Amino acid sequence: MAEFLQLVFSGLTVGAVYALVALGFTLIYNASDVINFAQGDFVMIGGMGTVFLAAAGIALPLAALMAIVAAVIVGLLLHRLAIEPARGASPVALIMITIGASIFIKGVAQLVFDKQFHSLPAFSGDAPIALGGATLLPQSLWVMGVALALFVALYLFLEKTLLGKALRATAANRLAARLVGVNVTIILALAFGVSAAIGAIAGVVVTPITLTRYDVGTLFALKGFAAAMVGGMGHPLGAVVGGLLIGLLEAFGAGYISSTYKDAVAFVVILLVLFFLPRGLFGGRTVERV
Amino acid sequence: MLALDRLCSAYGRIVALHDVSLAVKTGEIVALVGSNGAGKTTLLRTVSGVQPAASGRILFEGAPIERLEAHVRVARGIAQSPEGRQVFGPLSVADNLALGAYRRRSPHGDTLARVFDLFPVLKEKRHIPAMSLSGGQQQMLAIGRALMAAPKLLLLDEPSLGLAPLLVDQILAAVVRLKAEGMTVLLVEQNASAALAIADRGYVLETGRVVLEGAGAALLADPKVREAYLGL
Ligand SMILES: Nc1ncnc2c1ncn2[C@@H]1O[C@H](COP(=O)(O)OP(=O)(O)O)[C@@H](O)[C@H]1O
Ligand SMILES: [Mg+2]
Repeated sequence: MAEFLQLVFSGLTVGAVYALVALGFTLIYNASDVINFAQGDFVMIGGMGTVFLAAAGIALPLAALMAIVAAVIVGLLLHRLAIEPARGASPVALIMITIGASIFIKGVAQLVFDKQFHSLPAFSGDAPIALGGATLLPQSLWVMGVALALFVALYLFLEKTLLGKALRATAANRLAARLVGVNVTIILALAFGVSAAIGAIAGVVVTPITLTRYDVGTLFALKGFAAAMVGGMGHPLGAVVGGLLIGLLEAFGAGYISSTYKDAVAFVVILLVLFFLPRGLFGGRTVERV
Repeated sequence: MLALDRLCSAYGRIVALHDVSLAVKTGEIVALVGSNGAGKTTLLRTVSGVQPAASGRILFEGAPIERLEAHVRVARGIAQSPEGRQVFGPLSVADNLALGAYRRRSPHGDTLARVFDLFPVLKEKRHIPAMSLSGGQQQMLAIGRALMAAPKLLLLDEPSLGLAPLLVDQILAAVVRLKAEGMTVLLVEQNASAALAIADRGYVLETGRVVLEGAGAALLADPKVREAYLGL
């Protein structure tokens, strides 16, 4: 029982990060039909940026903030330089562009940073909290708390603000959005900026637990993508449920089978979803263009 | 208010509008009729700026607007209820209407009250998703959403398409009422008799060219129109 609970804790912790990456996928996909495989690299920029800025003597909270801003700038540049010029290209071509952008970002990160693994000190110490026979790291609470706060903030933004409604309107019907006067280019840039911020924040809070390196974005993108697929691409709540589910499956796979195959869980899930549940648990929308 | 001067528009190599010139004066209902594929929707899309003009001019209140982006044209006072309604399906009726006023910086409670007065069913259903509305209700929502921009010029693309006769009458009565309240309307219809009956003037479009123009009643009586578009 204690072991089970332990696996639940670690599953929910990484799952919360996958959920945030999946939310980033969802937001961009909804606004633009683009599946942004550079989403995981925002996580890396958040973590690596904070590590290197903190190493340069900047206080951790400020370093984190600067790293998040840097990720947002990269997100906006990705939209402006790679996605916007290819407007109207096929979804497959746009996916190729984001994969290319992801490779490019990793290349630059290798030069700007280095090829080593790095970590950050836990925000509230390393003393484990005992809970039902298992233990929970304070940093896990940070990860889950931040993920929850981001999800609530995103929900309020999308449901309650006119700008958020304009984003959903653009997702629902781009032509009609233009006809009511929504500047779709700005909405798409907003989606990329917010997604980058979410990814980078996830990177900051998870780095004390999982370590980071210039290329960790690949696995985060894969798992976030799997989570978004499970939830039904384009469905925010589905992204969160999918993320937690992938995290739990991974933890149980590693705990009860072998940690060697931990990263294969996401692959298997993607294949199963594609075969048996192409619209995901929450029946996300099918790819359609206006 | 609106003047098109030798406007051309094309989809790749398919030219959909050839040198179209027409005018809409303040306070008028102008009907644009023509069979399927004549270019009516293309004309409205070009005026709204969601389809580029290949050549020619679009003058709105005397100023050229053909190079302006769509959202700028909405801010200037051109709103469109597009063909096929195009409501924001997952969003509530109230949110659809709020988005209609997206470009307005001033409060718009009085406009909302007028839209609800024109289409009371929208008020009743304001909390439900737009996709759960019936076709006629979605049409009302599309028109109401355009009205929320407080436009000077209202573009309506086939508001009667696919609606039962009773609903068609209701929608057209709303258009007449809008005109009485001072709105200027460019009304596109395949349902030529209904549109010309309420229009001050009309234009007949055929394969991207204006082939006839005149007072609404005169066009209704024109033998060519009667034969080609009214099936009489
Ligand atoms: N998206 C498009 N791509 C290519 N051709 C189009 C497109 N939309 C319309 N057309 C063509 O332009 C012409 C005018 O169409 P349209 O403006 O929709 O006519 P109407 O609204 O009068 O039925 C038609 O020949 C149609 O096939
Ligand atoms: Mg049409």
